[in-house]
Amino acid sequence: MAAVEVSSLAKRYSSVVAVADVSFRAAAGEITAVLGPNGAGKTTTVEICAGLRLADGGTVRVLGLDPTRDGAALRARIGVMPQGGSTASGVYPSARAGEVLRLYAALHAHPLPVGPLLERLGLTAVERTPWRRLSGGEQQRLSLALCMVGRPEAVFLDEPTAGLDVAGRHAAWDLVNQLKEAGVAVVLTTHAIDEAEQLADSVVIIDAGRVVATGSPAALTHRDGERPRLQFDAPAGLAIGELLVVLPAGSAVTEPEPGHYVVTGDVTPQLAADVAAWCAQRGLIAERLTTAARSLEDVFVELTGKASTP
Amino acid sequence: MTAVPLDLTPAPGAAPRSRQLLAQATMELRLTLRNGEQLLLTVVIPTVLLILLTSAPIADLPKPRIDFLVPGVLALAVMSTAFTGQAIGTGFERRYGVLRRLGTAPLPRAVLLTAKTVSVLCIEVLQVALLCVVGLIAGWSPHGNPIAVVGLLLLGTAAFSALGLLMAGTLRAEATLAAANLVYLLLLVLGGVAFPLTDFSPGVRHVLELLPISALSNGLRVVLRSGGGAPLHDWVTLAVWAAVAAVAAARTFRWD
Repeated sequence: MAAVEVSSLAKRYSSVVAVADVSFRAAAGEITAVLGPNGAGKTTTVEICAGLRLADGGTVRVLGLDPTRDGAALRARIGVMPQGGSTASGVYPSARAGEVLRLYAALHAHPLPVGPLLERLGLTAVERTPWRRLSGGEQQRLSLALCMVGRPEAVFLDEPTAGLDVAGRHAAWDLVNQLKEAGVAVVLTTHAIDEAEQLADSVVIIDAGRVVATGSPAALTHRDGERPRLQFDAPAGLAIGELLVVLPAGSAVTEPEPGHYVVTGDVTPQLAADVAAWCAQRGLIAERLTTAARSLEDVFVELTGKASTP
Repeated sequence: MTAVPLDLTPAPGAAPRSRQLLAQATMELRLTLRNGEQLLLTVVIPTVLLILLTSAPIADLPKPRIDFLVPGVLALAVMSTAFTGQAIGTGFERRYGVLRRLGTAPLPRAVLLTAKTVSVLCIEVLQVALLCVVGLIAGWSPHGNPIAVVGLLLLGTAAFSALGLLMAGTLRAEATLAAANLVYLLLLVLGGVAFPLTDFSPGVRHVLELLPISALSNGLRVVLRSGGGAPLHDWVTLAVWAAVAAVAAARTFRWD
């Protein structure tokens, strides 16, 4: 049984359809990223899983429980990190970092030790600082700490790294990975494709309230048997046939645009060296010589028709 | 960030309610005591009012002035903490998503509300102690059954808490802030706190007597000044406000 099972979920706010039809599963010991552009229905989906909103249709089971009917039993077993932002981050503005974390620890039966958790998140120095005076990154890290202090079996993180700098982001990823390795089911939303690509075992791409693709990042980027390729720029009209002779069998060379060449086949360092050497023999430089696979970004743009926002 | 070893293996579960209640009530109490504006409203204003009106001949009050003023200011103290302070605090907790987030933790709502009540009662104990000391120094001579006094204070707390939560759970935080302060000011003037209701014409007076603040201040005044029992209609007025407001709050309260 999956830790989280969502099937045919639907939710509307008066006349606006937030979630039209969303189904996915998330397993324990895995990170599942719900990826989509702003307004796709990510937050609503996660909030329904966390028991914060009622679904209009479909079924949701978290750890085998119905978030609406078995809310009390479920709340003891999950951690929820709401979306940050100045208006409704969910923490008393005048409460100190250590106080809030100790409060949430005291609500649970077997909490993590507060001191080491603060230290692990680099918050020891601001333990006595009120929430409203913490930096955005510190608030985000404390928020992450609040959702995991009760040692949950499943966590729902809504945009957990939004507003973090590079170091903070990697620290958060590191912690999320540790949760996963400890066997926690991690469901997170993100509109950052690189986050989904680097962190997730499974990606659920949703757009306009519907799932448009599901799978591991590798499976999503290597769909349709698409193979990695090597590409370079050189003067137009090179003798492609002559290049092909020096390359390993199974390679193919095309010139999709004048002066832009694409080599497909077994992309190895040797292949790159062969291409460069062949050009050099002709007194040419293979400019912008790169390997390229379809990125998750390509998949995302193709499926949603929207460029990602950083 | 250093790599402090942490055992993240799941070990979920809710703490016993007693531990939750203690933690939540402590948090509520600390935040209230840290809030300067609330302390102004709950401690400074009642105390200053008591000292000022006792010593300065500002209004024509029944003599001895202190015996008239202490019961009214005690009622004001209850209203300021249970109603005004709690409404404003809870309104902003809603606004900041605090209640919503606590709703994802294994804290039953009943425990949260009990914690708020415990915190209110702790503040009231401090207020009553301070006002009694100031009153006694100023020559106040209390009479009556202490149990009746405590009973009135508790019933008043119930009524004002329910009214405060009704307001905080339905209005926007900014509207609650404005309305709670306005109500505080109006009831201070119109509720027999510092000025006797007998100053008003009989028609107006009968309406004002139905206010919870009037019932509380009048009930406390009858007990503490004369040593008699509080009038039944004061008990009934407070009980009706408490019951009606509690039912309305329970039905309309929005946690987010």
